[in-house]
Amino acid sequence: MGNHIVKVTVFLIAVLVLASASMSTVLGADQTIDFQQHIRPILVEHCFKCHGPDEGTRQSDLRLDLREMATAKRNSGELAIVPGNPDASWVLMRVTSDDPDLVMPPPNENNALTSAQISMLRQWIQAGAKYSPHWAFVPPRQTDLLDLREDPTTGQLVDAAKPISHPIDGMVAHRLKKAGVAMSPPAPHDVLCRRIHLDVIGLPPSPSEVTQFVAVAEQDPASAVAALVERLLHSAHYGEKWARHWLDVARYADTNGYEKDLPREQWAWRDWVIQVINADLPYNQFIIEQIAGDLLPNRTQNQLIATGFLRNGMINEEGAIVFEQFRMEGLFDRMDCIGKAVLGISIQCAQCHNHKYDPISQNEYYGMFAFLNDTCESKSWVYTQQQQKQIVEITAEIGHLENQCREHNPDYQQQIADWERSQLAAAPQWEILDTTEQVWVGGVNHPEEKADHSVMVMGHPTTEGTMYVVAEPQLDGITGLRLEALTHGDLPFGGPGQSYRGTFALSELTVEVKPSGSDSWKKLTLNHASSDFAEEDQPLVLEDSTPDEKRRIGPIAFLIDENIETGWRADRGPLIRNTESVAVVQFAEPLQLPTRTLFRVTLDLKHSPGKQGVQNTMLGRMRFALTRSLNPRAANYDHAATLAMQKPPAHRRATETAAVFRAWRKSVPELSAMNQQIAACQQQYPEAHTSVLTVTARDPTDRRNTFLLDRGVWDKPKQRIRPHVPALFHPLHLGEADHSEDGLCGPASATSTALAPRLAFARWLVDPNSPFAARVQVNRVWQAIFGKGLVETPEDFGLRAPQPEYLNVLDWLAVDFVAGDWSTKHLIRTILFSATYQQSSQINPEILRLDPQNSWLARSPRFRAEAEVIRDIALSVSGLLNRKIGGASILPPVPDNVLNDTFTRPDWTVATGVERYRRALYVFRKRSMPDPVLMNFDAPNADFSCARRIRSNTPLAALVALNEPVFVEAARAMALRILREGGTTDQERTAYAFRLCTARSVKPAEQAEVLALLKDCRTRLAEGSLSINEVATGNLDRPLELPTGCSPQDAAAWTIAARVLLNLDETLSKN
Amino acid sequence: MNLHHQLQSEIAKLLTRRWFLQNCGVGLGAMAFNSLLSNDVRAADTPNPLAPKQSHFPAKAKRVVYLFQAGAPSHLELFDPKPELAKRDGQLPPADLLKDYRAAFINPNSALLGPKYTFHTHGQAAIELGETLPYTGKMVNDLCFIRSMHTDAVNHAPGQVMMNTGAQQFGRPSFGAWTLYGLGTESDDLPGYVVLTSAKGTSGGASNYGSGFLPTSFGGIPFRGSGDPVLYLSNPKGFDDKTQRTSLDSLRRLNEIALEDFGDPEIAARIQSYETAYRLQSSAPELMDLSSEEQHVLNQYNIKDVNQSTFGRNCLLARRLLERGVRFVQLFHEAWDHHSGLTNGIKRSCEVTDQPSAALVADLKQRGLLEDTLVIWGGEFGRTPMVQTGNDGRDHHNRCFTIWLAGGGIKAGHVHGKTDEIGFNVVEDGVHVHDLNATLLHLLGLDHTRLTYRFQGRDFRLTDVHGHVVNDILS
Repeated sequence: MGNHIVKVTVFLIAVLVLASASMSTVLGADQTIDFQQHIRPILVEHCFKCHGPDEGTRQSDLRLDLREMATAKRNSGELAIVPGNPDASWVLMRVTSDDPDLVMPPPNENNALTSAQISMLRQWIQAGAKYSPHWAFVPPRQTDLLDLREDPTTGQLVDAAKPISHPIDGMVAHRLKKAGVAMSPPAPHDVLCRRIHLDVIGLPPSPSEVTQFVAVAEQDPASAVAALVERLLHSAHYGEKWARHWLDVARYADTNGYEKDLPREQWAWRDWVIQVINADLPYNQFIIEQIAGDLLPNRTQNQLIATGFLRNGMINEEGAIVFEQFRMEGLFDRMDCIGKAVLGISIQCAQCHNHKYDPISQNEYYGMFAFLNDTCESKSWVYTQQQQKQIVEITAEIGHLENQCREHNPDYQQQIADWERSQLAAAPQWEILDTTEQVWVGGVNHPEEKADHSVMVMGHPTTEGTMYVVAEPQLDGITGLRLEALTHGDLPFGGPGQSYRGTFALSELTVEVKPSGSDSWKKLTLNHASSDFAEEDQPLVLEDSTPDEKRRIGPIAFLIDENIETGWRADRGPLIRNTESVAVVQFAEPLQLPTRTLFRVTLDLKHSPGKQGVQNTMLGRMRFALTRSLNPRAANYDHAATLAMQKPPAHRRATETAAVFRAWRKSVPELSAMNQQIAACQQQYPEAHTSVLTVTARDPTDRRNTFLLDRGVWDKPKQRIRPHVPALFHPLHLGEADHSEDGLCGPASATSTALAPRLAFARWLVDPNSPFAARVQVNRVWQAIFGKGLVETPEDFGLRAPQPEYLNVLDWLAVDFVAGDWSTKHLIRTILFSATYQQSSQINPEILRLDPQNSWLARSPRFRAEAEVIRDIALSVSGLLNRKIGGASILPPVPDNVLNDTFTRPDWTVATGVERYRRALYVFRKRSMPDPVLMNFDAPNADFSCARRIRSNTPLAALVALNEPVFVEAARAMALRILREGGTTDQERTAYAFRLCTARSVKPAEQAEVLALLKDCRTRLAEGSLSINEVATGNLDRPLELPTGCSPQDAAAWTIAARVLLNLDETLSKN
Repeated sequence: MNLHHQLQSEIAKLLTRRWFLQNCGVGLGAMAFNSLLSNDVRAADTPNPLAPKQSHFPAKAKRVVYLFQAGAPSHLELFDPKPELAKRDGQLPPADLLKDYRAAFINPNSALLGPKYTFHTHGQAAIELGETLPYTGKMVNDLCFIRSMHTDAVNHAPGQVMMNTGAQQFGRPSFGAWTLYGLGTESDDLPGYVVLTSAKGTSGGASNYGSGFLPTSFGGIPFRGSGDPVLYLSNPKGFDDKTQRTSLDSLRRLNEIALEDFGDPEIAARIQSYETAYRLQSSAPELMDLSSEEQHVLNQYNIKDVNQSTFGRNCLLARRLLERGVRFVQLFHEAWDHHSGLTNGIKRSCEVTDQPSAALVADLKQRGLLEDTLVIWGGEFGRTPMVQTGNDGRDHHNRCFTIWLAGGGIKAGHVHGKTDEIGFNVVEDGVHVHDLNATLLHLLGLDHTRLTYRFQGRDFRLTDVHGHVVNDILS
């Protein structure tokens, strides 16, 4: 029976919703047709799929989204729209036709127009078929607030003398008056106090904070609110609360996703978000730094960290993947994210074809893509402030000492030039090996040769294995082979290896040849190996810090000792760790082999200390060369210097000049004391405490061009596309880049005066003339506070977005936001000071009936708090909350059966002590294993950018709040807090408990209910049906630490009651 | 009374709080998974998005059990007999086949590997199956084999997500979520979409059964093989059932006071959620408790120990879930990635899955449930006819693979599609993942082109812009 009634009601409500929707579009005779509000929605839903901006799917060459096209005479002589003459307009004829071959939309689309819609079209054409641009595609303008003084029902000016107290309230009141309803009364002070706390810092107020606020508010509510808002905006918790909203849209997670879903270090980026939100970094700068912080002049470490935003997406490390495929997937995701987070438009439709509804072409999609495509997927060290200071000091000291070297040798430039000449003369002549095959045995990786014949290995984090390259060189008198370990921006910290520190270890190198016609490879004897650098012989230290005495690491001789247990490693320590290295091996006999002999170099990898890939020591980029020179050896200085010397001094970068200088000074015997001092100084260089994924510019010699991809498929490139933005929006001028020779890559050299294209794009995104930048942020902030954006679809302001009820509020705030130097704190203040915000959330049934969605804002919305806030409320009211700001994520308790359900069971050392009670913001987010607590309260799992959470209300969430260990611990702690702070009687304690949970006074009926529950519990505890210790501590044997004057029974009974109170709808909600 | 007044009266009734409370004592399925009157859920603009919904047209199948064989079982050893491949064992594949071909690990130009098992003929239609599938063989008269499946992905995580959500990108709703969105659920005390896992976790992870951009209520709920079957189902230590009941009674009365005060229907929904949670605390353990099942049933499913979580136990649990009105049950068994050790690997995985899979079909049939239950058995792609790792492994292969279907509306005892003589390419009646999904939705009474959800200004579908119903496999 119940079932039946509900179903009927469901049906009726659905009908009502539809009925009211269509009612609002059936106009009275006196109302005018507005293109934006009435006509475009019809055209979008019924016509644009075939007669819209996408020429690919356009039918009959008819385009209805532009007036000049829609009213133009067509080849057939027909006129689709004849302004002022509906009967001559073919559009009307077609939509009203009875003929199934003529009627539009075609019958099989099941998308016929209603008679009301047809009548509106008719009226619109009659009135001249005026078009106007979609509101979201033109910059916002503020409504003249004076207009709001017109009584919407009578048209008379009212209250002309009285200023409008608050723009939001003026606009809302005007709308409400039109609807014939009034704003709700102000919320009670205590409720408002809690609401403001939850909105600004995401934590509830303490009972004393409520009392203080209420006392002031009773005298002067406006200043009480102002003071409270100001205090909270200055709390460091403000940044935590508001960071979370950005983390959703930025798809932040602590793991890489896909099958392996390995952990990543990304929390430094999260810390950056918290910090800059607390500092109220202007929103335009906030965006610029995240898109192109690395390109800012004299960029700081923080500005580089900011680019982690682009890197928050997933990384596939599954065996055998093609790296480029998932790099491209990552870029599509980056575009999607920017579309949702900044543009507020669904650009990803145009990945595969022109957008069907919004005027964005596929070409323009790849135009924006091109700004982002030419980057390195880099990883950067993050140093603490203390370390950064230390680094400045050490760098200065080394600079000072190197200056002394120069002072000792006033003719040092000449000396260096001479030294370089002698080195070049003595160096073997190398011929770079052009490889024909690059193979990872077993196929788990797919090495690839680049244009400069270097071979890169990216993708699977391999810890053991074998790779080889094959070439067909001229083998006549070859004496030696050179292996260069090269750096690259796509490798961690520039590489050259793939290890956590960007280093590599090679276990064995072998060389074989196979003469043409032969079936078998012949191994060559290698009798000497040298390198520019190698570590001391030492045992390999495993992931858990135990040394593996059998596997040894260090000297270059290990590379060719035919012992897989030993390997070469060249970690120079933190200052110049991520630099090139070189190894040279000699053949026992110069090679005299016939032409067409195949030559194979094999590298074995067996010196990665960990199994899960985090510690893989694969060499990321390498290059091979051969020589005929006698007795070839590696130089005894860093290979970086050798590479630099191949360029004329004037063309060297600062780092290259420094490398040559370093190599030279080490070669000068008189400088040995100085060299020792410098070496000692280098020893002091700190190890970074964490790292972060970033993007950085690619080397000018390694530029990447962008191609339009056929149907959006990563390996189906069509024409090249240069960076540009959709014509729909404000223009972006790239300066010189527009006129560069091929016009494709932007400035061709680092010395170009034009802005780097990505930085120009970042600035364009938040240009003051942008129609979207401010609106999207204002809408996001509004959504966080009101539970629903002024535009309900924050990710899409395009033609298909529902028409906002309060576009004027959005635009007023957007203009004010930019005028206020993009200050989000200013925006929040403005919203919170409005009477609209401060209304009561009690629901008047009459208004609910008229406006079930609360679109008019005749009351404050009330809704369940976000996942993180719910956990934080429980921790906060129980007194368990650890208020530490920032730092690495913590591992919350997760049931074993959840951990076991992962592809690779993660190491999961659960946080204990106070770390366990950090704010939910710091709970580790593992993509393939969404946190069971947060997930059940609708936290997104970061597979993709989430601009809007959908709130659910499920039994599974109820089970979490009732039974999850941290929530239960909160109930137990809350019981003790109540006993400690809440007075001596259960009456007093109940009142206190209600203040804790809801900020308001308990009502008599509630008091009675809680007392009855306590009584019942006490009876059962007394009779022994329940174990006091187990209820109060979860453990039969754990002693209770009781506040003085309380009995164990008090603690147990109150634990049961506290668990109930933590689950009150009001506790879980923002009221 | 005209329609408008009638509507107003119904709304008024709905909002009369006492009435609401008294008349909503209904189940998990029929009540308030989602915010009442919330505009957040635009496509589910009804108070309860999980309420049973009318399908687009009469459905052949009312519920689904999807036995997902993650890791990708070899069609060449199990379902698609290739005597020619045996003959060409050790030879290189024809060069023209390899143009634009991508395997995951191997150089495509690797020697062919003959099938490791012989095939036997079963049933009226003389369908051939690998010898490691004797129990499936006994059921072939009820099964429909699609030998011409193909997909876009060659790596596991994207492949599984493709198979389950119709897209290689993560973040799309799963087939189960779309089904709940389209049809709701009829189960009062259990979730509408339940997930059971055996072997290890899958490559695709939680995204394989997620709700994507649909409301979270439509996502699959894992029932765990050990510990609490539903997360946090057990009360805290020391809290007995009576305490729980008393606590929830207090909570309900306190929330009723708030409901009076705020008049917010969402509070009524919350009250219901807690009541349903309480019922779930007994219904879920009851479901998992197989002690009432007779020994011959346990034997039929090859369940040796009822407390041990296995594929067999999950098959029996699936039947129990379906019996209780659960709309969509999905089993994940990640055990088929046989790059090496193919011979033994296939044998072992079949020992675990063959008998229970067949038993489930037989059991459903015997209970009269098969005729309106859709059973699906298959993985994310196939395996290469070429060898990997010595002489006993196969790589990922997306050009063809086999799945089988049974039950509601499926042509029984039938083989659809054909591959070439070495099992490399489809040569007849290819069925892309989108076609399969279009067909499965069709059997559920849903038109895949009309089952849409607007997100980011676009009407998304399970089948994207593709998919054709495969009429040949419909009964």
